[in-house]
This record gives sequence, structure tokens and C-alpha cells, in this order.
Amino acid sequence: MNFDFSEEQKLLQNTAREYLTEHSSLTHVREVLEADAGYNKDLWKGVAELGWLGVAIPEEYGGAGYGYLELVMIAGEIGKALAPIPFGSTVYLAAEAISREGDAAQKKQYLTGIAGGDLIGTMALTEKVGTLTQKSIDATFSDGKLTGTKLPVPDGDSADFAIVLANEGDGQSLVIVDLSAKGVECSKLDSLDATRPQAKIEFNDAPATRLGAAGAGWTIAQSVLNRAAVMMAFEQLGGADRAFDITFDFIMNRYAFGRPIGSFQSLKHRMADLYADRELARSNCYFAAWALENDDDELGVAAASAKISASDAFENMVIEMIQMHGGVGYTWEYDCHLFYRRAKVLAHTLGTTDEWREKLIVKLIEDAA
Amino acid sequence: MDFNDSPEEAAYRAKVRKFLDANATLRDPNKSKGNMLDEAEGDVIDKAKAWQALKTEAGWACLRWPKEFGGQEASAMESVIFGQEESRYDLPPSIYGIGHGMLGPTIMAHGTEEQKQRFLPDMVKGEEVWCQLFSEPDAGSDLAGLKMSAVKDGDDWIINGQKIWTTGAQYCKWGMLVARSDINAAKHAGLTYFAVDMEDPGIEIRPIKQMNGGSGFNQVFFTDVRIPDSNRIGGVGDGWRVAITTLMNERSSIGSGGMGGGGGIKDLIELAQKVDRNGRPAIEDGGVRRKIADFAVRRSGLKYVGQRGLSALSQGQTPGPEASIGKLIAAIMGLEMGAFGMELQGAAGVLSGSDNPGATVWQNTYMSMPGLRLAGGTDEILRNIISERVLGMPGEPRMDKGKPFKDIPTGTAR
Repeated sequence: MNFDFSEEQKLLQNTAREYLTEHSSLTHVREVLEADAGYNKDLWKGVAELGWLGVAIPEEYGGAGYGYLELVMIAGEIGKALAPIPFGSTVYLAAEAISREGDAAQKKQYLTGIAGGDLIGTMALTEKVGTLTQKSIDATFSDGKLTGTKLPVPDGDSADFAIVLANEGDGQSLVIVDLSAKGVECSKLDSLDATRPQAKIEFNDAPATRLGAAGAGWTIAQSVLNRAAVMMAFEQLGGADRAFDITFDFIMNRYAFGRPIGSFQSLKHRMADLYADRELARSNCYFAAWALENDDDELGVAAASAKISASDAFENMVIEMIQMHGGVGYTWEYDCHLFYRRAKVLAHTLGTTDEWREKLIVKLIEDAA
Repeated sequence: MDFNDSPEEAAYRAKVRKFLDANATLRDPNKSKGNMLDEAEGDVIDKAKAWQALKTEAGWACLRWPKEFGGQEASAMESVIFGQEESRYDLPPSIYGIGHGMLGPTIMAHGTEEQKQRFLPDMVKGEEVWCQLFSEPDAGSDLAGLKMSAVKDGDDWIINGQKIWTTGAQYCKWGMLVARSDINAAKHAGLTYFAVDMEDPGIEIRPIKQMNGGSGFNQVFFTDVRIPDSNRIGGVGDGWRVAITTLMNERSSIGSGGMGGGGGIKDLIELAQKVDRNGRPAIEDGGVRRKIADFAVRRSGLKYVGQRGLSALSQGQTPGPEASIGKLIAAIMGLEMGAFGMELQGAAGVLSGSDNPGATVWQNTYMSMPGLRLAGGTDEILRNIISERVLGMPGEPRMDKGKPFKDIPTGTAR
């Protein structure tokens, strides 16, 4: 038994860390936030050249043809660096949906485009306030045309194409839409973290092509979300790791009452609990990565467990990060808020934590029967 | 990343199963295994001894120990595989965990050649069961504050004082004892470690009645008990270092799976399907669903924390701090799950034993988990260990360093 990543996978992780330390410093992240720039184009170009966008894409489409164990290593580093790029939308969602469901022509066009860094993709599911359900969808696809409004769409303003969930006949289908086409109107939305921006996209008889079978859209979307959740959980875990390290360094070097504040038991015990939470999340993530790589029957339960525990670990960590920094933690100047923003936005991406709890209990009830 | 046994591990597992199938029957997996707070009842001691004798005879006892003491010099992973398989069978609870897991390794590390030959082979065979006499009423988390006195008298030591929380004292032949041999020395420097014959006159054993009604532990009173100097383990005044060896082995054995007992996620779901909330099955209630989902996430996290520890073993590494995390989380969550099972039962949740028309695993868990939060390192001590030893944060400021023990306040002052 070997419940760990291989030396090669860890080497890839180290390479990613070194690259991001230089090219995605918190100064870079802050620049995107303050300029409301959407994403860092140089960084995007860099990660494309390094082949990260195609890590899990087959070689015939220009990818590296590795698996998910390699991809989650990179996702973790993206999370640590708070990398301001549409990596998750493009790689976890768009590439994943097309890899699983695309026909040969779609794979050739979109996977090759993604792997080469020429296409940014996203998935547009939700339309309104509240939980995403089949009933909450009003967008409609018929005769090759899509009409409706999606909001919020992660990275919608940067994306070249979107995979959209829409009603078709009695059921729902996923369709691919070129966002530069006629009948597509995209507007940037104000949101908590401008380094992972959100958009509203209106479709008015926009040309669209179906991805996967007619009527299978909801099922496919859920399956893609499960798979994306595993990769996102690693990204969140990476964020939690970095926030922990920054906080640790701060409280060990900040003195009050003649001692480092990190010597007070009230902080030590909370750090111990945060550490324990994170190790539980990490262990859930490891198993989910294994289930994803092996397409195991337990993927549903594993993905939900990983996403829930990683979301909670990151969110709890950043709340404590600000508290343990004290007053400076609440300033714009200090970096705590970058993590606070990112943790919340990632916890809401792919569905909120309560929505994942519901998915998990549904599966657990099925398993218990 | 691979969850399956390596070919060697699989072959070993098959061998283990062959032995177990020939000598035991599989356990009903729905039947709770009991935990460290339960007392040993009836003839389980005889049965446990018989099983240990059979294992020794067949070459499955103390797998990791050197062959010269009766072990098999197996790898850590082989020992884990045996433990995993053994736990699937209906067997008497092990009464050897403390001896084989903690005290044996201590004797191996600090005992004389004579002591190793005298004690270890018999410990393997299991006829002589061992207990641990460390905690005192005034020295638990702060173990080095213990007061039991050891006074040299010719070739003997005379022991006076009281030990507490001793599992199995009533059926053990030997005990391992830390006592204060020099009250004028600094706190940690005045301790000495002994093996004591529990049948010696002057030892009185009284069971402790726990708040859950059980009696898994004892108080042990020592009045002028004589221990020959030949049963001293390690040097005079070196008892703290020896005790640390024992405690390090405790942490690694306590965290290893099967902790907490009580009902599982499946049991909670079945209960929530049976009982009503707001006129509908409770399982349809959003709050109930979210709560069970959260328990499940933590349970699986714990499970895979354990698997990562095993994986480290399998790869020939020393497991990290997983053990401390395991007990910390398992005990707190066990308490919460017990309380939630009772909550689902409504007013009847307070009924216990056969007077509860539903399952009483929740009440039992609720009444035993406060003990698990304290046993084998309290939650607070575990958090100190994680923050100081794992994360490298500073230790607590000490008021007791460098002073003679007699000048340090201890216990409860009123």
C-alpha cells in the first residue's frame, strides 16, 4: 500500500511551486485585484508554456497525457499562490467536460486550444440567487440557438467559450457557446475577489452546439462538478496551507507581554486544531484524488467529502488568520484579505458547502440502503 | 498512489487469514468491539490468555519483537496487517496492549540483559499480564509531579504512595512503576523506574467506579512494598527518561484505529429514518442531513489520516503525528455523535439500557466519551504536543524548573 504521491509527482509539485513563487507573488495577485484586471496574462501564458493547462489532456490533443494525480499537485500550488488566472474554470470544468463528453471534432478544437493556451473556457450553470436546481434553469436551447441569462459565471469575462446548461425539449442539455459570437453579451460583475472574477452572460439566439447527449445535461454537469470538486479541494487545501504558514510566521515573530504571541496557549491550541482540520481535509483529498484517477465507485462520496472539508479548512483558517494578526490583519495593506476573499469565493465555486453536504447525504443514504 | 497490498503484503495477509480461519470465527461487523473504558468481565481473562498462548505457539505473537525474546522480527506493516485481520474475528479483548505495546519496548530500551531474559519471553506468552502504574491523584498531565516515594533500604527499595487509572491491576502479575527516589532533586531528576510484582504484600487494589457505571480502571495503594534493586529499570534518578519511552509507545498505540466505538454514520442515518421531526422522517430535515454529512466528512478524514500513517509504515517510514490527531478528533466527535443520536430520539433520548425502546449506543457513547477525552493524554496535552512537537511552537513558561521538588506546589490547593 502506498497512500502518497510518487517522487515524480512531487517533483512536478516543486517545479510548480518554484515557478509560482517567482511569477505569482502576492504582489502580482494584488495588482490584478487593484487594477480589476480579471487575470494575469503573462502568468497565463507562462503556465500554458509549462504545459500545466494540458497536464491531464491526452497527447493527441496537445496535452501531456498525465493523470489527475499530477493535476492535483499543480492545483495545490495554484491555490498556495492564489494564482490570479482562470485555471479552475478552464482546466477543472471546461476541459474536463469536453474530455468526458466531447465528440472527436469538439475535443480536437477545444482540448487542443486549451492545452496550447489559446482558449480560456468556463462553465455557466447558475442563473439566479439561491441553490442551483433543475427548476432554477430558464435558459433554453433549440435549433442550435441558445437564449437566456447566466449569472454568476466564473471567469466569464475572460473566457473564449462557455459550456452552458439549458433546457432542451423536456430535459436539459449542455451546449458549447463561442462567447465572441453574435447574440452574446458579457458584462463583468462586482464580486468579493476580483482575482477570481464573475460575470453575467446574456444569450440572445446565440449559436451553440450540444455537448453530450440531448437531455443528459444535468447528469453530465453533476459528474463534471464531482470531478472538478476534487481538483478544487486541492487548490483550497493549498490556500489553507499558505495562510497557515503566513499566520504561523507572524505569531512567532510578534511580541506582546514580553513573549511571542505564538507562545500563548490560546493561540497554540487553535493552531493545533487548525492543523488537525487541515490534515483531515488533506486525507480526504488524497483519497478523492485516488478515486478520481481510478474512476472508483466511491468518487461521489469522496469528492463531496474532500470539497466540504477543504472548504471548511480554508475558511476557518483565513478567519483565524485575520484574528491572529490583530489590527493589521484588517488592513488593505496586509495580505490577509487576499486569502479571506479567495477562501470564500472558492467555497462558493462549484456549489456552496451546504449544497455539497446535501449531495453527500443523498449518496450516504443510498449507500446505507 | 495505490491502496492495494503490495504482492508481499497480500501474501502475508493470506497467511494470516489462513491461521485465523483455522482458529477463530469472524465477528459480526455490526457488533461493537468495546473500548478501553470497558471492564474485563467473566472469563474473558482466561480466554484472552488462551488465545495469546495459541498465538505464541503458532508464531504469531509479538510479531515485531526480536526472536530471542519470542518475537518474529516481522516488519511494522506485517504487524499492522495481522492486527487488521485479527480485529475482524470474534476474539477476547486484548489485555496485552500495555505490556506488548509500551512496557516491553521500554524494557528492551532500558533494561539489563538479565531483566530482558527474565521478563520479555513470559510477556510474549501472556501468562503474566502487565499494567502501568504512572498517574497519581496529583500527577496526571503533569506526570513528573508524582509523589510516590521510593526509599533505598539495603538491596531493596521501599515504596509508599498511591497510583490511579491503572487498567487491569486486578489481573496483572507485574506492574511498571515510576516513583520519586529523591525529593531534594529537581522535579524530573528525582524519579526512578521499577518493575513491581503485583502480588507483593502491601499492595491494595480498588476499582474506580466511573461516571458511566463501568470500572475499567483501578486505584492502587502501596504500603511499605519492597522492590529488589534488581527490578529497577534504568538508572537511579533516570526514571523520567525511561517513562518517556513508555509514553511515546502509548501515543502510537492509542491512536491506531478502532477508537471511540459507538454508532457509525449508517446507524445515525437509520435512526433518522425511523424517528419523526416536524411530522416527517427526521432524515428529511435539512439540519439533520447537514449534521450527519459533517460527521461523515470527519469520519472519513480520520479514516484516511490512519491510512496515511499505515502507508508511511508500508513504505518503511516512521508515521508522523497522525496518532495525536486521531484520538483528539475521535473523542470529541464521538461525544458529539452520541449527543446527536440522543437528540434524534427526542425526550426518550435520556432513557438508558433496556428501558430505551430504541438503540442505546448513543447514550453509552455520550457517557463514555468524556473519559476518552482524558485517557492517554487529555485533549489539552494533545494540543500541546501538536503545537510544540509538530508545529514547533514554544513550550509553556514553567514555574517548576530548576527547583528541588519539595519546594514546588502540586495537586489541589484550597
